[in-house]
Amino acid sequence: MSAAAKATLVGKSVLRKEDGPLLRGQGKFAADINFPNQLYMRVVRSTYAHGNIVSVDLAPALAIPGVVAAWSFADVSEIPPIDFRLTRLEQLAAYRQTILAKDKVRYVGDPVAVVFAEDPYLAEDAAEHVEVEIEELPVILQADGEIGEFRDGLPTETALIEKGYGDVDGAFAKAHAVVSLSLSIGRHSGVPLETRGAIGRYIAETDMLEMYGAAKVPHWNRDQLAKMFGRTAANTNLFEGHVGGGFGIRGEMYPEDVLVCLAALRLGRPVKWIEDRREHLIAANHSRQQTHHIRAAIDHDGNILAIDNEFFHDQGGYMRTHAATVPDLAAAMLPGPYRIPAYRVLGHIRLTNKTPGGTYRAPGRYESTFVRERLLDAVAAKVGINGVEVRRRNLIATSEMPVTRALETLGTDIVLDSGDYPKLLDKALNGIGWDDLQTQITSRRKAGELVGSGVAMFVEKSGLGPFDDVRINVGTDGLVEVVTGAASVGQGVETVIAQICAEKLGASYDNVSVIHGQTNRIARGLGAFASRVSVMTGEATRQAALKLRDRALAAAAELMQLTADQLDIVDGEIVRLDGGTGPSMTLAEIAKALEPGGNLVGDSEPGLFAEASFESKHMTYPYGVHVAVVSLARDTGGISVERYLVAYDIGKAINPMLVDGQIVGGVAQGIGGALYEEFTYDDRGEPLAVTFADYLMPTAREVPDVEVIISEDAPSPLNPMGLKGAGEGGTNAVGAAIAAAIDDALGQPGAITQLPVSPQRIKALLNSKM
Amino acid sequence: MSDKTDITLIINGQSHAIRVESRRTLADAIREDCGQTGTHIGCEHGVCGACTVLVNGEPVRACLMFAQQADGKQIRTVEGLANGDEMHPMQRAFMENHGLQCGFCTPGFLMLAVGVLEREPDISDRDLVDVLSSNLCRCTGYQNIIKAVRAAAVEMRQS
Repeated sequence: MSAAAKATLVGKSVLRKEDGPLLRGQGKFAADINFPNQLYMRVVRSTYAHGNIVSVDLAPALAIPGVVAAWSFADVSEIPPIDFRLTRLEQLAAYRQTILAKDKVRYVGDPVAVVFAEDPYLAEDAAEHVEVEIEELPVILQADGEIGEFRDGLPTETALIEKGYGDVDGAFAKAHAVVSLSLSIGRHSGVPLETRGAIGRYIAETDMLEMYGAAKVPHWNRDQLAKMFGRTAANTNLFEGHVGGGFGIRGEMYPEDVLVCLAALRLGRPVKWIEDRREHLIAANHSRQQTHHIRAAIDHDGNILAIDNEFFHDQGGYMRTHAATVPDLAAAMLPGPYRIPAYRVLGHIRLTNKTPGGTYRAPGRYESTFVRERLLDAVAAKVGINGVEVRRRNLIATSEMPVTRALETLGTDIVLDSGDYPKLLDKALNGIGWDDLQTQITSRRKAGELVGSGVAMFVEKSGLGPFDDVRINVGTDGLVEVVTGAASVGQGVETVIAQICAEKLGASYDNVSVIHGQTNRIARGLGAFASRVSVMTGEATRQAALKLRDRALAAAAELMQLTADQLDIVDGEIVRLDGGTGPSMTLAEIAKALEPGGNLVGDSEPGLFAEASFESKHMTYPYGVHVAVVSLARDTGGISVERYLVAYDIGKAINPMLVDGQIVGGVAQGIGGALYEEFTYDDRGEPLAVTFADYLMPTAREVPDVEVIISEDAPSPLNPMGLKGAGEGGTNAVGAAIAAAIDDALGQPGAITQLPVSPQRIKALLNSKM
Repeated sequence: MSDKTDITLIINGQSHAIRVESRRTLADAIREDCGQTGTHIGCEHGVCGACTVLVNGEPVRACLMFAQQADGKQIRTVEGLANGDEMHPMQRAFMENHGLQCGFCTPGFLMLAVGVLEREPDISDRDLVDVLSSNLCRCTGYQNIIKAVRAAAVEMRQS
C-alpha cells in the first residue's frame, strides 16, 4: 500500500455514524430511560400570569394511594435559585428563578408545587388535587410600556445594555438624511420535537448523584447541581443520551432538572420527569421578542455614516441561565457585514408576565438582522437605489479584513476574522439567476400576480472558546475512541469528529467512536452551543489525532526497526512510505505493545492514547446571503415562499451534506418565525399558543426546496483547518429576506415592520393600497 | 380509573398480553407495557405524528388511540421495519439522503411513508408531499425527507 491511498475524509459527505440506531428505533431519548423502582414527577403550574400565592395545600394529593411525596416552596427553600451560565451581570442576580415559586407567581406555567407518584398517570391525577390559591395581580405584557415592580421594590427593567463606538451625534449632525424605523420581532422559540425530560438517580453505596436526559452543557449543569446541593462535582454525574433537537433551549438548567435530582436524593428512588407538550410551550425558554427603534445617518449616496438604536427585550418572568446573552448579542452583532463608522445601541432588558426567555438558534441575530436589513432597504428607498446596490455600497471590503469592531460580546472582542462579502453577494445573485428572476417577476406582475424578491445579508459568529479538551484512545482491538466534552443535539457531532480523527490519525472511519455528554468520562467540557463544536472540539480532535499518530509511529518505528519518517498510518495499518513490503503492523498491535506490562511501555504511562486542548480567545465569523422569492394571494393574503437561496461561507465544510442539512433545517425554523410561529397571550397573560394546533410550525408544504451554496472563500485564520460553524446561518436572515420580498411583492417599501407576518396583515396592507 | 382490562397487542408479529386502564393510550402501551420505545411521543394531541404506527396497515397516531382499541389488531412499529441486519429500503433511503438529524420524528415519518406507499405505490409527488405534511420535523426542513421517500418509493415499486 502506498501513501497515496490514504483516505481524505474532511470535506467529504460521508454517511452519518448516528443514523443506524435512530432509524432502527434503538435511540435512547430521555423518555426511553428507565430504572427499577422509579417514581414519576409531575409539576403543578401557575394558572395565573401574576399573583400572590395565598396557600398551597398538598394534603389532597398526598391522600391519594400511590402518591409518595409532594412539595411546595417551603419544602425546597434551602435550594438557591438557578444561576447564570453566560453574560452574567451582577444586578441580574436578584431576578433569578427559584425551583418552585416562593410567594409570587410570574407567568402561567410557573412551577408552584411538585408531586411524586408510582405511576405517571397517577402523578398527573394527583397534581390536579393540589389546591393552589392565588390572589391575582395586574400583569405587564409589553416590554416597552411602563416599568413595574418585580418584588421588594426591584424594577422590571433589570438592566441596560449599552455599546457603541465613534462619533454618532456628529455623524447625525452632518448627515444628508436620516432614516428612522420602529420594528418588532414576535415571541417564538426552538420547540424541539422531543420535549424536555430528566431522570434523577442516587446511588447511596457510592454517594453518587446521577442525572440522565442531560443535553447541551452537561458539565456546567453538573457543577451547578453539585453546588446547589452542597456536593462535589466528583460525586455528581450527568449523562446525555439521544437528544431530540436542541436549538438553544434544550439542555439549559431548568427547575425540573434540579427537582428530579433533589427528589432522588431525598426519596432514595430514581425519579423520572417527562414534560408534556403543553408544559413545553409554556415552561421551556421562549425567545426573540424585541422592539427596536433604529435610525441611520446617511450621505446622499446611501452610505451609512452612523446607526443609533434603542430596543426593548421582552425577557418574560425571570432571568434564566442566559442572563443578558440574547439582548447582548443583538446589540453587538447588529452592525453585520457593513462599514458602520459610528454606532450606538441602548437595550432595555424588561421582565413581563410571560414565559422566561433564553437563546434560540441565531439568538439576537435573527432579531438584529431583521432590524438592520430593514434599515438597509429603507435607506435604498430613501436615496432611490435598489436593495442590492445599497448593500454593495456599504459592505466591508476584503482589503479591510480583519476588522475589529470595538464591541464585545460573550466575553470576547468582536474581530471579523476573514471574509469576502461582495463576492458572496455575487455568488448568491448568480445562484438564483437574479437578472432573469427580475424579468420573470416583472412579467408576472403585468399578468396581475403579486410576486417579489428580497435579499438579506448577515455575519454570524461561531467557535466560542475558551477551550475544549479531547482524549483519543486506541484499544487493543484497534477501535478508536474519541472522548470529548462536547454535546450532541442531533447535528452530527459523532460523524464530523470521527471524520477529523480518522483522517488525521490514519484510522478507518468505521472504527472510530465518539463520546460526548458524559461527565464521568472527561473532567471538563463546554458542550454544544454558539456553533462551537466543529471549531473547538474539531480542532482539539485534530491536534490529539496528530499527537496520537506521532506516538503510534514512534512505537512502530521501534518495533519495525525503521525511523518514524519512513512510515505512515493508513486505515489503521502502519505502512512504509517507500512502498516497501515486509512485516506490517496495525494500530491494535501497537496498542498491545503499549499495554501495562507491554514490551514498549518503559517509563511512560501505558496505553496508546493522546490528549489535546484547544484554546481560543476569539470567535470565528461566518457570513451569508439569503434570497427569498414570495408570492401573495390577493383574495386571502396568503404568503407562499416560492424560492429560497442561502449562500453561506463557513471557511471549510467538514461534511457538506451535514452543512446543507443544517442550513435547510435552519431556514425552515426561520420561516416559522417569519410567517407562522408566535406565542400569543390574552390581556390577562393567559397563553393562547399551548398546542401544536395553535403554535404553527412549518410542515413539508410550507418549506420550499431551499437552494444552498456552501462557500469556502474565507477560511478562518484562527484554526488550521479554517473552520467556522455552520449551525445558525440558515436561520439568521430569514425574517429579513422574507420581509423584503413581501415589501417588493406588495410594491410598498417598508410595509413590513413586524414578524411574524400574517395573512391578515397582508390583506390589510392590500386593502390600504386600494 | 384503576379498572384494568386484559388485552393483547400484536406488535411486529409478536403477541404482548398486557393489562391496561381504559384510558391508557396505545403509544404508552407500546412503549411502557411492551418495551418498544422506538415509537416516540411528541405532542400527545395528534398533531406532530412522531408516534405514527401502522394498525392493520393504516397509519395511526398512537397517542390518539386507546390501547384497548388496538386489542388483537396487527400493529407495526419502526422496530419491525428492518429484516435483521438488512434495513428496509425506506430506512436506507433516509440514511443516504440525510433525511434525519436528531432522529426523534424519524420513526413516525418512516411508518407514515411505508404505510402510504404500501397502499398506494404510485402516489404522485404532489400527493406524497401532502401526506408527509401531516407529520412535523424540526431539524431537516423536510426536503431530504421528501427526497428519501421518493427514492424509497422507486425501490419499493421495483421489489
